[in-house]
Amino acid sequence: MKIIISGFGGQGVLSLGKFISYSAIEQDLNTSWLPAYGPEMRGGTANCSVIYSAEEIASPVIDSPDILIAFNEPSLVKFENMVKPGGVIITNSDIVGIKATRKDCKVYEIPVDTLASAINKRGANVFMLGVLLPIFKDISMDSAIHAVEHVFEAKPKIIPVNIQCLEAGYEYMSKLV
Amino acid sequence: MKKLWKGNEAIAEAAIAAGCRYFFGYPITPQNEIPEYMSWRLFEVGGAFIQAESEVSAINMVYGAAGAGARAMTSSSSPGISLKQEGISYIAGAEVPCVIINMMRSGPGLGGISPAQSDYFQATKGGGHGDYHCIVYAPCTVQEFVDITYRAFDVADEYRTPVMIIGDGMLGQMMEAAEIPPMRDLSTLPKKDWAACGHSDGKQRLINSIRNEPDDLEAFNIRLFEKYKVIAEKETKYEEYLCEDAEYVFVAYGSVARICKAAVLTLREEGIKAGLIRPISLYPYPSAIINQTAQKAHVKKFITVEMSMGQMVEDVRLAVNGLKPVAFYGRCGGNIMMPADVVRFVKEVK
Repeated sequence: MKIIISGFGGQGVLSLGKFISYSAIEQDLNTSWLPAYGPEMRGGTANCSVIYSAEEIASPVIDSPDILIAFNEPSLVKFENMVKPGGVIITNSDIVGIKATRKDCKVYEIPVDTLASAINKRGANVFMLGVLLPIFKDISMDSAIHAVEHVFEAKPKIIPVNIQCLEAGYEYMSKLV
Repeated sequence: MKKLWKGNEAIAEAAIAAGCRYFFGYPITPQNEIPEYMSWRLFEVGGAFIQAESEVSAINMVYGAAGAGARAMTSSSSPGISLKQEGISYIAGAEVPCVIINMMRSGPGLGGISPAQSDYFQATKGGGHGDYHCIVYAPCTVQEFVDITYRAFDVADEYRTPVMIIGDGMLGQMMEAAEIPPMRDLSTLPKKDWAACGHSDGKQRLINSIRNEPDDLEAFNIRLFEKYKVIAEKETKYEEYLCEDAEYVFVAYGSVARICKAAVLTLREEGIKAGLIRPISLYPYPSAIINQTAQKAHVKKFITVEMSMGQMVEDVRLAVNGLKPVAFYGRCGGNIMMPADVVRFVKEVK
């Protein structure tokens, strides 16, 4: 599974990628997490390429993602055309005002900020992890919970509210898929 | 146990596990996680970390610590590695073992912070002045960085030579699952009877690279190159990937080799028999396997892929020695080729 996650710095783009990689190693899958660290980061956008697979991962660089998660408009414009035919495009419709143009992909416009902030103001990326689980199919809720616990190890107080967010995202997407 | 590690941090922990207790460095992107990690971790294991006032100082501190018999290391990125070259030449001339990490960025000059492989010539052909080589490794996964860093300290000690490990920002910044080997018990490491660590046994030892007598220096140069011959026999490392029936053979190292692996799979799905030779040691260079592959009837062409204007391709051409055509595809300036770009190139030149 090849995923590109992109948005503004501060939207939790890089940590959403880490959540996916941590979930994958919980299930003994191979995984790679490749952040864009170059000058493009300085323009205020952040993106990362995440892969998980039962096979050896050849290129950590992704040219045709199965899933694109666009947290802002420039991300949708930049990466939309790379998505595999039949792939999935998820936009954060709270911020992304434009429509995806691809007709050969499944497009989900989800008001992630609104939905997540009802539970946790900073929970958009964990909510999105929940959204992804019904699409992934092969990553369990247990693994995702472990990943959240691991990433927030140093801040145990915020773990329960994040798990709530994760479950809310999962329930939301389960109705759509 | 396997854990998710950032490439740079995994290198630092693997070095400590291998017995490295002294790190000297100066900040530069994209390798800063190595000194940052060393700055707190070394104190937990009774070692020392110094952020030097410059790269020149840092490499000379490595020279001093390693000359006293300790396992010592430095890391930097391209422009910083250029500054270290004088020290590396002295270290090679004094036959002092140490480990140097270069997480390459694009150049020349200050260049950019994005990934590149344009320091191949510098790493493999000397870099500093004089007749010498470093052993140079180019791992391509976080686990391979761990395993090679761990072993690099043994190899450096065995041959009393600097070992350089090169990667790029992509490999340094990415995270993958990796397992760190067990922590070495320092008391079990082989004793260094040449090290200058005080007069406690009454013998004077001198760590030096000056040899003013031409005959002395020539004898030393010859001995150094006899050592490189042994290193070539014993330490050459490479991976062959789907070469048994390959008509088009990529030669690529580090992160680019992984991009080529993906391209090999795509090309094979489309009925084009591709394979890959991935040099893991860049010095000594796996020329023999490339030459043997060139002699095979099924091989039609070699395609060297690098994030540079074409540096390793010269060693590929030397190894192929005219037996088959060698094409080159490169991106530079910090741009990374996509697997699809490599696939397209093969279709164009085949």
